[in-house]
Amino acid sequence: MNYNWNWHIFLEPNPMGTGTYLDLLLSGLVVTVKVSVLAWIIALVTGSVIGVLRTLPSRTASWIGFCWVEFFRNMPLLVQLFLWFFVLPELLPKSAGLWLKQLPNAPFWTAAIGVGLFMSARVAVQLQAGITSLPRGQKQASTALGLTTVQTYRYVLLPMAFRIILPPLTSEFLNTIKNSAVAITIGLIELTGQARSMQEFSFQVFEAFTAATVLYLLLNFVVVTAMRYLERYVAIPGYITGK
Amino acid sequence: MIEINHVNKWYGPTFQVLKDCTTSVAKGEVVVVCGPSGSGKSTLIKCVNALEPIQGGDITLDGVKVNDPKTDLPKLRSRVGMVFQHFELFPHLRIIDNLCLAQEKVLGRKHDDAMTKGMKLLERVGLKDHAKKFPAELSGGQQQRVAIARALAMDPIAMLFDEPTSALDPEMISEVLDVMVDLAREGMTMMVVTHEMGFANKVADRVIFMDRGEIVEDAKKADFFGTPRSDRAQKFLSKILQH
Repeated sequence: MNYNWNWHIFLEPNPMGTGTYLDLLLSGLVVTVKVSVLAWIIALVTGSVIGVLRTLPSRTASWIGFCWVEFFRNMPLLVQLFLWFFVLPELLPKSAGLWLKQLPNAPFWTAAIGVGLFMSARVAVQLQAGITSLPRGQKQASTALGLTTVQTYRYVLLPMAFRIILPPLTSEFLNTIKNSAVAITIGLIELTGQARSMQEFSFQVFEAFTAATVLYLLLNFVVVTAMRYLERYVAIPGYITGK
Repeated sequence: MIEINHVNKWYGPTFQVLKDCTTSVAKGEVVVVCGPSGSGKSTLIKCVNALEPIQGGDITLDGVKVNDPKTDLPKLRSRVGMVFQHFELFPHLRIIDNLCLAQEKVLGRKHDDAMTKGMKLLERVGLKDHAKKFPAELSGGQQQRVAIARALAMDPIAMLFDEPTSALDPEMISEVLDVMVDLAREGMTMMVVTHEMGFANKVADRVIFMDRGEIVEDAKKADFFGTPRSDRAQKFLSKILQH
């Protein structure tokens, strides 16, 4: 293979005039972090609501939950982002569509919402599994004490269900970060996007993507470590993962 | 206090769990409900505070109709204590917080008042020193005593017990029964589903025998143990009393 390795490339100035190539990649990392965190918040909030709906006795509630989950998990993420970014503005009334297209930072918001909703289906299914894994008597005991359904979820079921699903939720958070890379297809210049532009400017493809890989690994390592601390912090003495 | 009139209940379209059950529990009375597995005793007691809906008949509790859609069920349930076979303490809350949750969220008591009440009841069931522990750190018998204290913290007008000793090791049964006997002697209105005939003999006023969803026998304690009228009750008694 005829390739000129040049690890010093990171310290050379990038053609955008925004510092070195390393700065370029780090600015991409910042975008990745921002879009992932926002997407994860959207996924957690909507996923929790939908997950709860799927466990309620009401037919309507579980039907809404069913439709939501099947809509968002049965379509490739790439297709969903295209739908939100390219198709949705065309379906809206002309002025609304135009407004949407001209939003500043549209790829960023579309990616955050698109990835967030895609992940929300997965969070919903896991939360549902967490809730249904609790003994039926927990809900009965809480109800028998006079707590309303909302109070029962808030004070009794959800605190346990979230503890139980913390390990798989960690995986979902990591998936959110990795899925954010799909957003380069709608023009978001995040970490993968910046690695690609570095490759195009400098022709140092291996260095660029090695650095991107290392940055993704570091980012995910931070998440895994933080989640492990969280798991330990909320562990219940004498109970499953507790000590 | 508790009136059960011609109650019918089905699971699904065909399986009838309760067949025209009629009985009552007067204020201060202790009624033991016994019978073979699957006879509907637990279902019957769960209908009293509407944990299970009924399809026919009426249940009234202290003059309030339970199966009336207009009844404020959480409020009604908060006035009746219930103790479950598997304790159903809330595992993520400390013992004292298990006792305070419903006092604060349902009755609106101040935290300090709830704590005082909770500690008083823990002392009564002999578990004051365990207030700061989590449920999983206690033995089954201790957990069930906490569950009784949790129900008593609501100042109930009546107590329902659903096989409170069935999930306990033999040596722990008596510590739970002792608490229940004290309660009965203090004049608490109690409906107790249990196989503990010793307990029935000691404190029950009446004994109800159920089989296949029907109330077969509903008699004063002395009559029930002395001269049970039905064959089925006689057979049941001879089987469980022969050891």
